[in-house]
Amino acid sequence: MATNYAKAEPSALWNPSADEHDPISARTYGFWLYLLSDALIFTSLFASYAVLDNPSNAAGGPLAAGAINVSHGLLQTFIILASVLAYSLATVSMKNGNKAGLTLGIILAMVLGGAFLYISGADLWALAAQGNGPTRSAFLSIFFTLLLTHGLHIVIGLLWMVIMLVQISVFGFTKDVVGRLLNLRLFWQFQATIWVCVYFYVYLLGGAV
Amino acid sequence: MQVAVDGPWSPLLGRLSLAAIPYDNPILVTTFAIVVVLAAVIVGAAFYFGKVGYIWREWITTVDHKKIGVMYIILGLVMLFRGFMDGAMMRTQQLLADGPASPGYLGAQHGYLPPYHFDQIYTAHGTLMLFFAATPLVAGLGNIIIPLQIGARDMAFPYLNATSLWLTMAGAALCMISLFVGEFSNATWVGLMPFSEMPFNPGVGVDYWMWAFQLSSLGTTFNAINMIATIVKMRAPGMSWFRMPVYCWSSLTTNIIGLTIFPVVTVALTMLGIDRYFGTHFFTAGYGGNFMLYINLFWIWGHPEVYFLMLPAFGLFSEIVPTFSNKALFGYATMVAASFSIGGIGWVVWAHHFFTMGMGPQLNGYFSAATMIVGIPTGVKAFNWLFTMYRGRITFATPMLWAIIGLVLLLVGGLTGMMLSASVFDYTVHDSLFVVAHFHCMVLVIGSALFAAVTYWWPKVFGFKLDEVNGRLYYFTFVVASLLVFVPLFYLGFAGVTRRLDYIYNPDLKSLLWVSEGGIGVYFISLFFFLKMLYISLRDQIPAASDSWGTGRTLEWLTHTPVPFYNFAVTPQINSRDELAWRKANGVENVQPTQYVPIHLPNSTAVPFLIGALSAVFGFAITWRIWWLSIASLAAIVIIIIIRSFDKNEGYVLSAEEIARLESRPDLASIIAEQPKRSSLAHVEAI
Repeated sequence: MATNYAKAEPSALWNPSADEHDPISARTYGFWLYLLSDALIFTSLFASYAVLDNPSNAAGGPLAAGAINVSHGLLQTFIILASVLAYSLATVSMKNGNKAGLTLGIILAMVLGGAFLYISGADLWALAAQGNGPTRSAFLSIFFTLLLTHGLHIVIGLLWMVIMLVQISVFGFTKDVVGRLLNLRLFWQFQATIWVCVYFYVYLLGGAV
Repeated sequence: MQVAVDGPWSPLLGRLSLAAIPYDNPILVTTFAIVVVLAAVIVGAAFYFGKVGYIWREWITTVDHKKIGVMYIILGLVMLFRGFMDGAMMRTQQLLADGPASPGYLGAQHGYLPPYHFDQIYTAHGTLMLFFAATPLVAGLGNIIIPLQIGARDMAFPYLNATSLWLTMAGAALCMISLFVGEFSNATWVGLMPFSEMPFNPGVGVDYWMWAFQLSSLGTTFNAINMIATIVKMRAPGMSWFRMPVYCWSSLTTNIIGLTIFPVVTVALTMLGIDRYFGTHFFTAGYGGNFMLYINLFWIWGHPEVYFLMLPAFGLFSEIVPTFSNKALFGYATMVAASFSIGGIGWVVWAHHFFTMGMGPQLNGYFSAATMIVGIPTGVKAFNWLFTMYRGRITFATPMLWAIIGLVLLLVGGLTGMMLSASVFDYTVHDSLFVVAHFHCMVLVIGSALFAAVTYWWPKVFGFKLDEVNGRLYYFTFVVASLLVFVPLFYLGFAGVTRRLDYIYNPDLKSLLWVSEGGIGVYFISLFFFLKMLYISLRDQIPAASDSWGTGRTLEWLTHTPVPFYNFAVTPQINSRDELAWRKANGVENVQPTQYVPIHLPNSTAVPFLIGALSAVFGFAITWRIWWLSIASLAAIVIIIIIRSFDKNEGYVLSAEEIARLESRPDLASIIAEQPKRSSLAHVEAI
C-alpha cells in the first residue's frame, strides 16, 4: 500500500505506523495452519488404516501385500519427489525474476504429477477390476480412501498449478501471485511428504508381510 | 415419515417427492406455520422499511469481524431457542409417558411423541445446541472481542471469516429444512454405529445430520485458522505475549484445540458418508467393519470439543470477574498455564465416554486417572477467580451475577464429573440421567459465560446497555429454572432412568418429573424477561460511555462506544497487561491521538455468502440423492473460488480527513450505520 506514514510519529500511547504489515507472512502462516489441520486428516486416516490392517478386517480379501504393486510404488515415489524438485527449481527461477523458467518448472511438475496420478489410478483400477474394490472389505475401504485422499490432493495441486500459470501470464509477479506460488510450494511439498508416509506405511510395511 | 433412500428415485428430484413433507404431523405443521409467519414478518419488514439494500450491503456481504460476530450470535440465539423447544418437548414426553397406565395422544402409545419422532428430537437437541447454538455464540464473541482486545483492525483473513460464518449458516439451514422436508437423524447426536449405517437407517435423516455437521465443522476449522493467525500476527505494537488479556490466551488454546480436532471428526463423518453412499465397510456390521473405530475417532474429537467450548467460557469469566471486582486478575500466569493444561489433557481422555464398552481395567484405569487430572487446572482457575473477588470492590451488575452462578455450576458439574471419571462409578450410572444432569451443568457454565459476555460487551457493540432490571429478572428466573430442571435428573439417574427414553416404566418417579417440568415452565418465564429486556433496551437506547462499566481494564474499552467499523482511529501502543487500567493509573485514559493516518480496509464481497448458499444447496441435493444438483453446486463453488482468485480488488482507503470527521461523530461510524460507497483501491503492486 502506497501510504506515506513518514509524517506520523509513534508516541507512547498511539502508533500510527502499526498498520503496515506483511500480507505474505500472514497468509503463509495461515497456510501452515491449514496444513496442520490437513495433516490431522491424514493422521486419522493412518490411524484408521492401522486399526483395519488386520486379517479379520479383510473379510477373506487381500491385505496390503495382495493389493499393492511395490515396484510401481517406488517409481511413484521417485516421480513425485522429482515433481517437487521441479517445482522448487521453478521457485528459484521466480526468485531470479525468470518468468520462462518458472513456467517451465511448473509445467514439468505438472507432467510428473500427472504421471503419478496415471500410475496410481491404473493400479487402483486394476485392483478394483479383480473384484477387490473398496466395497470388498473394511481393509480395502481404508486402503482406497487413503490413496484416493492423497490423489485428491494431487488433483487439487494440479488445478492450482493451471490457475497459477494463467495468473503468472496475466498478472506477472504481483504480491498475490507470489504469495500463492509460495503456498503452492508448501502444499506440493506437503502432499509429497504424505506420499512418503504412505509408501513406508502401506507399501514397505505391507509388502514385507 | 421415514423416506427410504433405497425407494423410488428420479433423475431430476432424486428421492425427493411430496411424500417427504410431513403434513400429517400437527406438531411439525404448527412449527412450519410459525416459522413461515416469522420469516414473512422479517422479510416483509425489511421491504416495508426499505432496508433490503442495507441488509445486503452492510450485513450479508460484510467482512467486518464485528458484524460477522453479531450474525454468529443471532444465529446462536435463534438455534438456542429451537434447541430449548426440543428439550421442553423431551421433558414433557417423559412426564406424560410415565408408567404403563399413562395415556397416549397423537398416535403415540404413551405420551404424545411416537418413539421415532422422539428419537429425532433428542438428536436434533444435541446437534443444534452444540454446533448451532454454543459454537456460533463462542465464535461470535471471539470474532467481536479478540481483534478489539489485541488492537487489530480486523481478523487476519476477513474474507475467510465471512466464509466460516456462511458455512455455519448453511449447516443450520439444513437442520431447519430437515424439520419440514423429510426427517432428521434418529441416531443421537453422536451417531450410533452401526445403527447410522444404511441397512439399519435407510432414511435421509442421518444424511441431513451428517452434512449439517460437516459444513459446520468446516466453518469452525476455518475460524480456528483465522483466530490463531489473528492472535499470533495481528497484535498491536507493544502487546507481547504476556500482555495479552487472558481471554485471548484461552481463545488461542481453544482454537489450537479446534484446529487439531475438527479434521478428525471430518474424517470419521466422511468414512460414514462413503459407507452410506458407496457401500464401503468402515463401520458396518459385516465385511470386517469396526464400529469402535468410529466411536474412538468421534470422541477423539468429542472430548476436546467440550473444552473447545469450555475454555472460551473460562476466558470470558477471566475478563468479567476483574472488571466487576475492580482489581487485576489474580494469578495471570497460572491462568494461562491452566488453559494450556486443560487443552492438552483434553486430547488424552476421550475413552472415558465409553468406559463400559470393554476396554479392560488397564485402559479404564488410565483414562480415569487422566480425567481426574483435568480437575487440577480447572481448580486453579476457580480459585484464581475467587482470589480475584477476595478484597475486591465487587459490583453486582448482571454480567457479574452470571459469572458467579457460572462458578457455582462449575463446582456442581465439576464434582459430578469427578464422580463419573471413576470408571467403577461410571458402570453404575453410565448413560443415565445422572450423566445428562452432569453435562447440562457444564454446558450451563458455558451458557452463563455467554449470557454474561453478551450483556457485558453489548454496549461496546451497539452503544447502549441492556436493561438491568429485566436482565436480573431474566437471570434469577433462568437460575431457578436450571436448578428445577436438572437437580431432579441427578436423582432420577440414580433411580435407574437411562437417557433417551421415550417411555419411563416406573410411575413412582412422577413427582420428580413434575419438578423438572415445572423448571421448563420457569424457563418460559425467563424467556419472557429476556425478550422484554431486549425490547426495553432497544426502545430506550440510553447511550453508554466508551468505558461502559466504569471499571474496564482491557483495550476494547479504550475506543468509542459504539465501536467504529475501523475499531481504533489510530492503533494504540501497548504499555501494560491491562492497558486501559494502566492508562487510568497514569491519568492518560482520555488522551486522544493528535493526527490520523489513512486506514486501509477490505471491500465487502458476496462471495462468502454465495459459497454458503451453494453449500446448503449441495447438502440438500446430496442428502436427497439429486446427483446433478450436487455436482452442479460443488462445481459452482470451485468456479466461484477460482474467479475470486482473479479479483484484484484490494479494498479501499479511509482518508485521514474522513477519520477525523467520523471520530467527531462516532454514531456515524457505528456498525449499525450505513456507510457511503467509498472508492476502491484497484491497483496491483509489483514486488
